[in-house]
Amino acid sequence: MTTKEALINYCLRIGDTSLILGQRMSEWCSNGPVLEEDIAMTNIALDHIGQARTMLTYAGVLEGKGRTEDDFAYKRNEREFYNSLLSERPNGHFGDTVVRNFLQSAYFYHLYTALSSSKDELIAAHAAKSLKEVTYHLRHSAEWIVRLGDGTDESKNKVQTSINEIWEYTGNLFEMNDVDTLLIKEGIAINQTEIKSKWDKTVDEVLERAKLIRPTDAYMQTGSLKGMHSEYLGHLIAEMQFLPRAYPDAKW
Amino acid sequence: MSNIKDSQGDVWEVFVQSKPGLPHKHAGSVHATDKEMALQNARDMYTRRNEGTCIWVVPLDAIVSSLPEDSGSFFDPSDDKAYRHPTHYVMPDGAKHI
Repeated sequence: MTTKEALINYCLRIGDTSLILGQRMSEWCSNGPVLEEDIAMTNIALDHIGQARTMLTYAGVLEGKGRTEDDFAYKRNEREFYNSLLSERPNGHFGDTVVRNFLQSAYFYHLYTALSSSKDELIAAHAAKSLKEVTYHLRHSAEWIVRLGDGTDESKNKVQTSINEIWEYTGNLFEMNDVDTLLIKEGIAINQTEIKSKWDKTVDEVLERAKLIRPTDAYMQTGSLKGMHSEYLGHLIAEMQFLPRAYPDAKW
Repeated sequence: MSNIKDSQGDVWEVFVQSKPGLPHKHAGSVHATDKEMALQNARDMYTRRNEGTCIWVVPLDAIVSSLPEDSGSFFDPSDDKAYRHPTHYVMPDGAKHI
């Protein structure tokens, strides 16, 4: 594997996670629990789609075969996506969404903080720009976790269940393969174990404020580095890709 | 502004400052259950298009408004007092925000 091939894969991991989470968040549009949250979640969806665009465009430039961001988003199949397993989890109820977003945003926050000093200039610039957005995503989701966890008995039980049920998808965030080994050596990527310890701290702090219990690490789902996903991704992609696949040259 | 209570939390009035040094202007209102959420909701609702550099949120209850029936005694007396307007001064070229 060349450095360029590794970097393309690294861009897809980050870009696909943003894209899929953005698509998930867009499903809340017009379905938010209150108007303010509806708009907040749609804003967050757009932030993620914007972040995805930069990474997918860059993957196309690196590849040099003329593929655009749209080609990557709309013309790949399920097994060619490298997004985190966490990002494709269904929205569920509002608490499920908040928990998923919190765990993913805490990861992005520490990832982008570290990647701001990547030796790849575009990755570093993308990280610095995106960091401002994910800092707010983290704040937004963390404040909700605290309010749901330290709210009523019902909200506490629901959000604790959300955390317990999604926990097995968190280990996948920190998996590494030879792409990481190569890019860490080049000073482009960051060692995921470094991010893990910072992520642990952020998660622990917020769960403590929320009076929630952190689940113990047990079996962790795996597969996204090889393009293996849960059954939910195919359905999400089918909806996301319907229009460009049905009308390939549609313009609007 | 409305005093109607519903299930979406209290009403907070939102004031947005568009540039440092300028006054905060009333932008609208949001629902929220506490200060932090009011601030976040205001940020999401009213500064999405680069409108702001600072936000104030104020609980609706904290705002005291004059009443429509007082408008005669409050505002009409200033109708005919042109001398209260500083229109006879020449403004220096460099003066901003006046």
